[in-house]
Amino acid sequence: MNITSKRTGGELTIFLEGELDHHSAKCAIPEILKILDIELPLHLILDFSGISFMDSSGIALVIGAYKKATVLGGTFSLINVSRQAHKVFFAAGICKLINIKTREKVAEF
Amino acid sequence: MNIINEVTITFPSKSANESYARAAVSAFSAQLDPTLEEVGDIKTAVSEAVTNCIVHAYPDCVGKIYIRLRIFEGNILEIMVRDRGLGIPDIVAAKTPMFTTGGSDRSGMGFTIMESFTDNLRVRSTPGKGTTVIMKKRISMRSGGKSL
Repeated sequence: MNITSKRTGGELTIFLEGELDHHSAKCAIPEILKILDIELPLHLILDFSGISFMDSSGIALVIGAYKKATVLGGTFSLINVSRQAHKVFFAAGICKLINIKTREKVAEF
Repeated sequence: MNIINEVTITFPSKSANESYARAAVSAFSAQLDPTLEEVGDIKTAVSEAVTNCIVHAYPDCVGKIYIRLRIFEGNILEIMVRDRGLGIPDIVAAKTPMFTTGGSDRSGMGFTIMESFTDNLRVRSTPGKGTTVIMKKRISMRSGGKSL
């Protein structure tokens, strides 16, 4: 999993690239939390445009980042989510908690 | 039901093999001519089952994970994932959404995802002996696509 970030004022965008499963999430979760501790953003954007596959490990990653960002007093959004990953979030009921923007318009499953 | 094709795969419970398992199942299922969405469903369900073996069946050791894939008449794919690990003492609790014995990096949604991404899920487990998960998914017949 490749993780990069871009800072624009109070806004921090974290780009994730690769397959997000248990194997890659083990390293990605602590790395994202570390970035948040250093950057302390007012608004955190997780950009999933580079995610080619995601299983339920992605739910734990997103909830971890969401909790951290809101504890730090910031806001959180998740963008460019694929149809496959959106289906996982939807099955888990995460869409009610977090505002998710998909890559293309997807029908409600 | 007649079995049209069958493969078995065995690999050690190393997390680096999760992507291999998904790719292997997706390659085998290609002969059913699934849609992109169906391939995504299959890969997600397999990923959850294999992750469970790695995280829960063999938490402190590397054991063997067995996958058997069968294609039945009527475009039905059966995925069996078996381990010889710790087993699940309470399957009902394990299948409850948000229930996990894993840490904060686990969501407790594995069985919920497997259930919603396949048509049928069966779980058999004996504590100390291991767990078998069997999932079935009917792949839609597409006009113009290959049929078996």
